[in-house]
Amino acid sequence: MAGFDYDVLIIGSGPGGYVAGIRAAQLGLKAAVIERDKVGGVCLNVGCIPSKSLIHQAELFRSLPDLKEMGLAVDVKGFDYKHVFDKSRKAADTLSKGVQFLLKKNKVELITGDAVLSGKNEVTLKDGKKVTGKNLIIATGSRPRIIPGFEFDEKQVLSSTGALMLTKLPKKMIILGAGAIGVEFTHVLAAFGVEVHLVEMMDRILPLEDAEVTQVLTRSFQKRGVQIYTSTKALSLQKSAAGVSVAIEEKGGARKTLEADQMLVVVGRTCNTDSLGLEKVGLATEKGFIPVGDWNQTKVPGIYAIGDVVNTPLLAHVAFKEGEIAVEHIAGKHAPERLDPLSIPGAVYCEPQVASFGLTEAKATEKGIAFAKASFPYRGAGKSVAIEQPEGFVKVIYEPKTKEILGAHIVGADATELIHELLLARTAELLPEDIATMIHAHPTLSEAVMEAMRTVEGWAIHA
Amino acid sequence: MPEKILMIALSPTMETGTLARWRKKEGDTIATGDVLCEVETDKATMDYESGADGTLLKILLPEGGQAKVGDLIAIVGKPGEDYSALAKEGPAAQPAAAPAPGAAPKAVAVKAPTQEHGVSAATTGRLKSSPLARRIAAEQGIDLHAVHGSGPEGRIVKRDLAATSAGAPPAGPSARPVAPAVAPRADDQVIPLSRMRQIIAKRLSDSMFTSPHFYMTVAVAMDELLASRTRMNSGRQKKLSVNAFLMALAGRALARHPQVNSTWNGDSLLRHASADIALAVAMPEGLITPVVRNCGVKGITAIDTELADLVDRARSGKLAPEEYAGATFTISSLGAAGIDEFTAIINPPGAAILAVGAVRKEPVVDDNDAVVVRQRMRITLSCDHRVIDGAVGAAFLRELADMLENPLLALA
Repeated sequence: MAGFDYDVLIIGSGPGGYVAGIRAAQLGLKAAVIERDKVGGVCLNVGCIPSKSLIHQAELFRSLPDLKEMGLAVDVKGFDYKHVFDKSRKAADTLSKGVQFLLKKNKVELITGDAVLSGKNEVTLKDGKKVTGKNLIIATGSRPRIIPGFEFDEKQVLSSTGALMLTKLPKKMIILGAGAIGVEFTHVLAAFGVEVHLVEMMDRILPLEDAEVTQVLTRSFQKRGVQIYTSTKALSLQKSAAGVSVAIEEKGGARKTLEADQMLVVVGRTCNTDSLGLEKVGLATEKGFIPVGDWNQTKVPGIYAIGDVVNTPLLAHVAFKEGEIAVEHIAGKHAPERLDPLSIPGAVYCEPQVASFGLTEAKATEKGIAFAKASFPYRGAGKSVAIEQPEGFVKVIYEPKTKEILGAHIVGADATELIHELLLARTAELLPEDIATMIHAHPTLSEAVMEAMRTVEGWAIHA
Repeated sequence: MPEKILMIALSPTMETGTLARWRKKEGDTIATGDVLCEVETDKATMDYESGADGTLLKILLPEGGQAKVGDLIAIVGKPGEDYSALAKEGPAAQPAAAPAPGAAPKAVAVKAPTQEHGVSAATTGRLKSSPLARRIAAEQGIDLHAVHGSGPEGRIVKRDLAATSAGAPPAGPSARPVAPAVAPRADDQVIPLSRMRQIIAKRLSDSMFTSPHFYMTVAVAMDELLASRTRMNSGRQKKLSVNAFLMALAGRALARHPQVNSTWNGDSLLRHASADIALAVAMPEGLITPVVRNCGVKGITAIDTELADLVDRARSGKLAPEEYAGATFTISSLGAAGIDEFTAIINPPGAAILAVGAVRKEPVVDDNDAVVVRQRMRITLSCDHRVIDGAVGAAFLRELADMLENPLLALA
């Protein structure tokens, strides 16, 4: 590495970047991570982690009626959302420090600054300092997407970042976009008593998930008083001192106006690829993404791109894995060329939780892939009844001849944990009978997974 | 009464067989002589012909499974007949590919790695494969021993099978190409390998690349032998072939040089009491080597009769496996093709092969320094140096040449 400051120079310290740095150090490479903001990126600071803290507290709050059923008098007069917010920041700060510690422990250098590519092996920081690397990894992530007419002011029109930074709850909130982020905020806000109006352009919430999964979630939200508008377009926004009013057009063309204190716009994310100096090294973006080939290599030898800047699902765990793959390739270790798109789990932390991977029925039908399906309801597993969470099911999509697992969809309590047994089965190429015949502890929700697999084999016991 | 189908010895040295592929399925009607299945023996993949008539009621040994000679592998009978009593006698060795539910609780016997299968199993002693890979292999008749595993710790996973079925025919290890695959060009014709081609490829590659060959050639005056043959053939309806003379004399020479009539057996040498000589016979799709047993003591006429029958049946594809396997010595002749001399690849388990060229009239300087015309033939011996040293091979070849020049010496 004569002449280079580092073997691997990583731009961005989010999930992709910091994991790549640590993995590089493990493999004996000299690595540095450049960060312009807080270590840990969106995920740790204004994404997954603080939102999970909010969700956890929302669940505690939502269980108050259960305490009343035990005869306890619960007084919510002192409730102040500021405390909820503070806790979420504490979690984010703790983990951000944790990542800094991990980088240090692994001797990965942390460089603070805003980097721009200035050569095949070189970046220039805002202060003019140049840093060189034998290999560069672009892991600059993404930011909330802006749609014209609904630009963020973070006071009345919030991005996900603004929503996480709320210290006071509105009475009424319009949420534009019912993807994972929109649905999670719906869950949190509704739990704390906010009147939520959830607007989605597609014909159902979580439009990429299994249709039956969505139905369960829709019913649950409606029971909790959430107003859902599907197949609905947001036309325009009027802001006033009193709040926001949003003109919408529902299916069939009927128009109406929704009034609220604030609105949250969560309609996707934009890659942070625009001010990186990509053109200086001969790279161009496609729809904002950096095109990559095997092992996340860009067309410029020695430059890799991982995480939200490439066209794979915008998920922290995808970035983790891509960072590992890129670094393992740099280190000359055997690594898969790319992720198996059917083996990437998705998790939505509303209640009931939603988790899935692989094909949905709709996707399989669209692609003309032969499939069979089997599902098993949560209420068939005794534990779900005992813990009063019998809503939900486990569904598996499989190849009819070999019974290869092609996809799985779970909605219900702890779905985001349960999915991994099925995902392990897929990645290790286990078959339904392997899970069907494995002893599962009783009583657990995992028994629903076992019974779904027994359904595939035609011998579910508790069906 | 349902009848048992047992694993039989499909080659003289076979002790266990691996079921490569069932050619009949349960419920099929079968007649004597129908090929039931293909069995991979210690040497090659053989067709197993049915000795029974009826309906194949039950297959007890799945594809990829292994059974000892004498083990029950299937049951034949009338449709709907109760065979449950017989089925209990299923093969003791359980299949590697798909252990059946209810199988003996003892360890699942996995085929021991052998030199023939240079795959991951050889290093670990255990064949690792994912359940999905095993199921797909069972469905498509792929022998997992022939597949290279690319998963964790060399585990065979689904994508490895895709590589197998796309790049090579779904068959036993014999199908594994030795050379790396070449991408066909647009105008190239892709010819799928016949089973015979696969076996030839494997056996001859194994021989060429594991046994150190060396060669020696001698020119033989054939005048005496051809004159004797002409005399013997006069008045005969069916003429004795030169090949019958060659086999009879080679058999006698082998009896006098038993070191040449041997087999390399890994940790020992096998010296064979009987000179079982194969003759390479060209076929449209390859070649086959019918074997005349005990050529050292049989007469020329007996050999010729036997050989004629074997060659006829070889050409019509009716040879039984034991009729073309297990030769201790082989003769390959391209004389009829007008070739003067050539070298041949040893045909295991033999340790030597004789390549026979054309008989041509040539000027020869005789013992009196006179130039005379002789009918000469060049014969080239290929020897496996692990078994046969140069002097040993030379002594044998000289003895054979002398016998060919003066057939009476065979009686000496």
